[in-house]
Amino acid sequence: MAEPVLAVSGLRTGYGATEILRGVDLAVNAGEIVAVLGSNGAGKSTLNRAISGVLRPWSGAIRFCDIDIGREKPATIVGRGLIQVPEGRRIFPNMTVRENLDLGAYRRARPRREDNRGRVFAIFPRLAERQSQRAGTLSGGEQQMLAIGRGLMAEPILLILDEPSLGLSPLLVEELFALIKRINAEGITLLLVEQNVAQSLEVAHRAYILENGAIVLQGNPTDIGNDPNLKRAYLGL
Amino acid sequence: MLSPVILIPAVLNGLLIGAVYALVALGLTLIYGVLHIINFAHGALLTAAMFAAFFVHRLLGLDPYLAAVLLTPLFFVFGYGLQRFIIAPAAHGEDRNILLVTLGLAVIIENGLLYAFRADTRTINLDYAFRVIDLGIVFLAVPRVVAFGVVIVVALILWFVMSRTDTGRAIRAVAKEKLGAELSGIDVAHIYAVTFGLGTACLAIAACLLIPTYYVNPQAGNAFVLIAFTIVVLGGMGSVAGALLGGLFVGVVESLSGLYLGESLGQLGIFVMFILVLLFRPNGLFGERI
Repeated sequence: MAEPVLAVSGLRTGYGATEILRGVDLAVNAGEIVAVLGSNGAGKSTLNRAISGVLRPWSGAIRFCDIDIGREKPATIVGRGLIQVPEGRRIFPNMTVRENLDLGAYRRARPRREDNRGRVFAIFPRLAERQSQRAGTLSGGEQQMLAIGRGLMAEPILLILDEPSLGLSPLLVEELFALIKRINAEGITLLLVEQNVAQSLEVAHRAYILENGAIVLQGNPTDIGNDPNLKRAYLGL
Repeated sequence: MLSPVILIPAVLNGLLIGAVYALVALGLTLIYGVLHIINFAHGALLTAAMFAAFFVHRLLGLDPYLAAVLLTPLFFVFGYGLQRFIIAPAAHGEDRNILLVTLGLAVIIENGLLYAFRADTRTINLDYAFRVIDLGIVFLAVPRVVAFGVVIVVALILWFVMSRTDTGRAIRAVAKEKLGAELSGIDVAHIYAVTFGLGTACLAIAACLLIPTYYVNPQAGNAFVLIAFTIVVLGGMGSVAGALLGGLFVGVVESLSGLYLGESLGQLGIFVMFILVLLFRPNGLFGERI
């Protein structure tokens, strides 16, 4: 079997003396949509911070395309094609939509910036309409589109979406998950980190459940969706 | 009420003096806007730049305006290295530490200059230093007119860099959204150092504009930085346009209050205005809400 795009093994890390992740193992294979699900405080954000290089691992390994990225800087990791769309969007509010997108190609795919901007505008016509508008004036849904668009500008090999559905209306959440499928169909591998269990399981090929800093359940979405413990804990069934 | 014959020259001269104030403030506000720290070494670095301009003239015979071409890139590199290899590693990522490190740097630079050059006040003599341009109703000193022109050009270049280049956009991105910038592949440590370098380069230009008519001693830069702090608060912390307009405004205020209160009390007007701004518009005249 081919080497996974992302392989996390025995990852431990935290803040100060507080350990948050207590040995996380997960893998994402090329072409997959993998969901990491968990409630608030399970360690999802910490996992993302470690993978993107913002937070140093205490021990364990993070391998991306067969390269150890555990000690690399965020900018280097972005250069390799591992792009994260952070929780809370983190767009540049003082800059125009177009400038935000262009900065997505700051480290990677800079020569193809024009083409990629065109592709992003094709996916998100709203952003094309508002390209000269300051990003801070966009609605929450548009800001999420912009954050994803900025990520796509770097031609990601693996795109991590951190809580993309947070704060969106149900209608926009539907749209978002349709979009996730569309991006994946274009050949981009996706790691989806979400609290929205039901909809994530609908689009994912495989899923992991993170609880108290460790993976407690993994498998295909149907099995996970039918797991009695998960139903009780997350779906309120 | 004074007649326009006296008032107009005072306003024009105020604008000309204000331009150099604006340049010093520009460096300060740029560093504050991106690194979110007050650079306490700003005054000492200006003094160092003035000494550099002085000795480049004394030893190499280079005109201060030509020296700017040499010193500006040199001070950019110096500022870059200072942030990247001294301030950042010594601060361990804590903002309040950066503050203290820059304060420490100021002490080291000032006393280093004092040790090397004593407390003597030095000036250079240039034949154009006292030349004036006659506009009919007003005489303007040539060095001040040159300074004004150079500052406008520097501001335009800076505006171009910030709005049209990838590095400039990256600086603006880091200023407002550090994590978002990091995750877009922007090397924040590098951008911090570039910004510090730009702020220091502004000081090199300011020093070369000042030295034809001003003196230098190990304390010389501090007078300007005190005014620059006022301008930065007046214009809005971190606002580049605010620093420029604020600088010109402060120059005029100083000139007019010198006219009404007597030359030596000119700066009184600046600080009275400063207190009024803090009371009624603490975000500055052009600043965003804090």
